[in-house]
Amino acid sequence: MYWSWEVAFDVLPQLAKGVVVTVQATIVASLLAYVLGLGIAILKMSKSKLLRIVLYWTTEFIRRTPILVQLYIVFYVLPDYGIFFEAFTCGVLVLGIHFSTYTAEVFRAGIDNVPKGQWEAAKSLNYNQYETWKNVILPQAIPPMIPPLANYLITMFKETPLLAAITVVELFRAADQYSNSHYKYLEPMTLVGVFFLIVSIPSAILAMKLEKRFKQRKI
Amino acid sequence: MKEVIAFYPILIDGTITTIILTVLSAILALAISFVVGLSRISKFKIVRVLAIIYLEFFRGSSALVQMFFIYFVLPMWGIYFDALTAGVIAIGCNLGAYGSEVVRGGVLAVGKEQHEASLALNYSPYKRYRHVIIPQAIPVMIPTFGNLLIELLKLTAVASLITISDLTFMAHIIRVQTALTLEPFLVILVIYFIIASILVKIVDIIAKKFSRGRNIMIAGEN
Repeated sequence: MYWSWEVAFDVLPQLAKGVVVTVQATIVASLLAYVLGLGIAILKMSKSKLLRIVLYWTTEFIRRTPILVQLYIVFYVLPDYGIFFEAFTCGVLVLGIHFSTYTAEVFRAGIDNVPKGQWEAAKSLNYNQYETWKNVILPQAIPPMIPPLANYLITMFKETPLLAAITVVELFRAADQYSNSHYKYLEPMTLVGVFFLIVSIPSAILAMKLEKRFKQRKI
Repeated sequence: MKEVIAFYPILIDGTITTIILTVLSAILALAISFVVGLSRISKFKIVRVLAIIYLEFFRGSSALVQMFFIYFVLPMWGIYFDALTAGVIAIGCNLGAYGSEVVRGGVLAVGKEQHEASLALNYSPYKRYRHVIIPQAIPVMIPTFGNLLIELLKLTAVASLITISDLTFMAHIIRVQTALTLEPFLVILVIYFIIASILVKIVDIIAKKFSRGRNIMIAGEN
């Protein structure tokens, strides 16, 4: 079996449509993961021991079980309870929630790394809880978090093909549909792989540069 | 729930398949991690470049795409794998790429003086890594390897998409047979969680064992 440019060009328009969905899913899911992750991180520092234990085991449960099965549960089970979401919404929700348990660790580490004196300084300025977070803690905690958060963005991007399993026509499913109707497997699948490489290698290099930059600033 | 429990024989089959898939791909991934990770710090540029190409290729393209490529595209060139082998190769190669970074990081974390000391003892490069560098690098690697092992277990669910009859695949069968949705998936979710928690525990025990040896060494120095 040889590479055929004809097939490659034939499948490109469908792949282009799939790329749009892939990018949309990545962006929405990552925003959700960041917001939820920050929320979890802050809640995990709560004074209530019960809340901390419940949160710990909930996030561990989500982390230790496959995204694919979580996708199936949300996609197949919610309609039984009268909740109808589009496949895309289900996929983004699951990806976002799953990775929020990872980003929460990044946020937690970032917040922990803010020296204790900063909390005390905020207190001595008579800042309330909200002002302390907004003006003192987060501005110092966020810059070192950016490289790991960027890495999770890349990871989420590479997990989007799983959405194909719940009928979201993103890049991978677009290629698979073409393959199944034309019996051409080589070109569509190769193009999908190449596309992922084209996006993820430069972004990995970029993330590495970010990491170096933030490290230098510290010194 | 009763209907799902009635399907326990295939749930057990699925669990066994998932465990076999996990163990075999973990062994492959570990072997690749060391080969590629050590190649990254080789003296020879060509070896380093090849290792980087491997790393970026398998880390950069999605695991599902790699799996489909191995199972559906390679047969067109006359390279046939059964589903389980294709799954093991795809998962092993993918996680091996991530693992190679752990090995490289672990080896680089070993102090320079250790390299110099083994040079002073006139150790050959093989002896130097086998007896001095790697044993000290392993305790650093274990926690991260533990995280990757959980990622690997989760990735095995994806192998159900290339027709491997693992837990996820079995849940689908039960769903079709019983028309229940929540129960079968919930049951396998719990099974995955139990397997993962056992793996976490095992890695914890191994980590403790290695760090205990280390503490003795440090105590000896004092």
